[in-house]
Amino acid sequence: MDIESPAKLIELLDRHAYLADEGLATAAFLALRMGRPLFLEGEAGVGKTELAKTLAALLRAPLIRLQCYEGLDAAQALYDWDFARQLLHLKAAEAAGITDADRLEGEIYDRRFLIARPLLKAIETQPSVLLVDEIDRADDEFEAFLLEVLSDFTISIPELGTIRAATPPVVVVTSNRTREVHDALKRRCLYHWLEHPGFDREVAILRRRLPGCTETLATQVAGTAARLRQAGLVKPPGVAETLDWTEALLTLGAKELDPDLAAATLGAALKYREDVTAVIGNGLLSHG
Amino acid sequence: MDELAATMTGFARTLRAAGVAADHERTQNLLLALAHLDVADSREVYWAGRLTLCATPDDLPRYDRCFAAYFGGRRATLARTATTSVTRHLAEHHDDGDGDEGTAAPATASRIELLRHRDVARLTEAERAEVHRMLALLRGGRARRRSRRFESAHRGGLDRRRTIRDALRTGEVAGLRRRRHTTRPRKVVLLVDVSGSMAPYAETLLRFAHALVRSEPAATRVYSIGTRLTPITAELRHRDPGTALDEVSKAIPDWSGGTRLGAELKEFLTRFSARGAITVIASDGWERGDPELLGTQMARLARQAYRVIWVNPHKGYEDYQPLTGGMRAALPHLDDLVAGHSLAAFEQLSERLAHA
Repeated sequence: MDIESPAKLIELLDRHAYLADEGLATAAFLALRMGRPLFLEGEAGVGKTELAKTLAALLRAPLIRLQCYEGLDAAQALYDWDFARQLLHLKAAEAAGITDADRLEGEIYDRRFLIARPLLKAIETQPSVLLVDEIDRADDEFEAFLLEVLSDFTISIPELGTIRAATPPVVVVTSNRTREVHDALKRRCLYHWLEHPGFDREVAILRRRLPGCTETLATQVAGTAARLRQAGLVKPPGVAETLDWTEALLTLGAKELDPDLAAATLGAALKYREDVTAVIGNGLLSHG
Repeated sequence: MDELAATMTGFARTLRAAGVAADHERTQNLLLALAHLDVADSREVYWAGRLTLCATPDDLPRYDRCFAAYFGGRRATLARTATTSVTRHLAEHHDDGDGDEGTAAPATASRIELLRHRDVARLTEAERAEVHRMLALLRGGRARRRSRRFESAHRGGLDRRRTIRDALRTGEVAGLRRRRHTTRPRKVVLLVDVSGSMAPYAETLLRFAHALVRSEPAATRVYSIGTRLTPITAELRHRDPGTALDEVSKAIPDWSGGTRLGAELKEFLTRFSARGAITVIASDGWERGDPELLGTQMARLARQAYRVIWVNPHKGYEDYQPLTGGMRAALPHLDDLVAGHSLAAFEQLSERLAHA
């Protein structure tokens, strides 16, 4: 697909119901053109993961997702040998009286006994979009290891040789910034800090994503969300949460945001009991 | 070098002077990016630069200022952003000038034993210097947690790779090999209160922090709290305690100010994380803000940390009662409340971190 400018990418993303601003579109455009990973940082729910999904849809490429967590290791991220099948194969060879160790070794370290985990899968699948989600949750050793893969898009497997991507996958790395990611990894990437959208953009997003949503409801929800983000909550709602909340309101047939309905559906927007109590206690739902 | 490259290299230099990590490799990335964009369009140049030269949200305002100055008609040479020469706050509290160290009485075992239990706030400068020298030698070790790596062992889970290797060598699946997890040092997060009421203890606490960072650099994170939360781990990595403390004193903007423990802790929990860490808060609990906020933030901290230890200099006295508002709010969420006024207290704390 030919995407000749950031403006064109904004248009294409819009067709897939993702409203990107100039900065994010330029970031994604350069990532596609330069073959560089895109490092998206920002609070939870500002649309980091969603961008990767939309890019995959737009490029008609499968989305391969690696969710990071503490203790994530190579066997979960890269590849693993299928132990059970290898053993079966050895048993079968034993029964057939084959004892030639070299031949057996060649057979059991064959590609068909290799289980591809997300990073290897992304390198083998073309085209593909690789989403490395919440890198800040993984251990810092994992970063070093990811940097190695993202630098030349090759994976070397001692028993099998080196597997190289003919064309590198589109890579989106996201972080909620619960810790600082190593500079070497960031330097390899295009760095973009995603903010909560402004009021107008959020209204536009709600209307674009939820066809049943009236202008009135979208305006009221976005206005309330903006107030909630100023209220010093444990977890201020992101766009993902306002979308869920509006959907919940629509399901209940709301045409506009009345305080009772808002309170009943607040669980879609706020995920901490303290926050719900604070918001209702301070009367933040009665819009003025 | 062509004109574009020269312009961008100059721009990167301006950014570096303003404290943005726009190094050579990033400048090259910028030039690569510009090859795909319209160089005549200043918005596209703005974004190309921002995406390739910046690395943290803190860089963004500096980047905007530099971009406006550099491309806004005039090429201003930006001076390093105003980090106005920080006076040596440490020195203000207790001036351990070099002269004192020379005149220190020879350290005998019994003298050290006496010093060990005395409140550092009441020591003479020479005595304090001696305590600090001993703090620098503190190597307490660190509690360990299970890591994700394995080593072969007699008992434990199945080592599939080795089992297959053995089977290949012998031609049959004979015995199973075992493996178990190795261990790693557990992370320690240390929050040091540098507000006015803690001033007599701040230097000793930071020297203790230095010893912790030196003994486990990869598994220790230190922040100063007061009215501003400041990460100071990098500054404490210097080998020499004096240099490290100088760097720290330059990095901390709010020496001897007030205390907003609740708000600071909230910021800490939002920006950073104490997940799985032994978290140590060194403070007297004099909260100027809302104790209730501190209470809720302590509850959050207790939910994510492995252990929460509060070090209070006044705890060392027998008649101590946790009466300050902050201390009372924090108390229900603590695993331990320990003293932090003397060398012996720090040795005990260090011991606790080794076996938590």
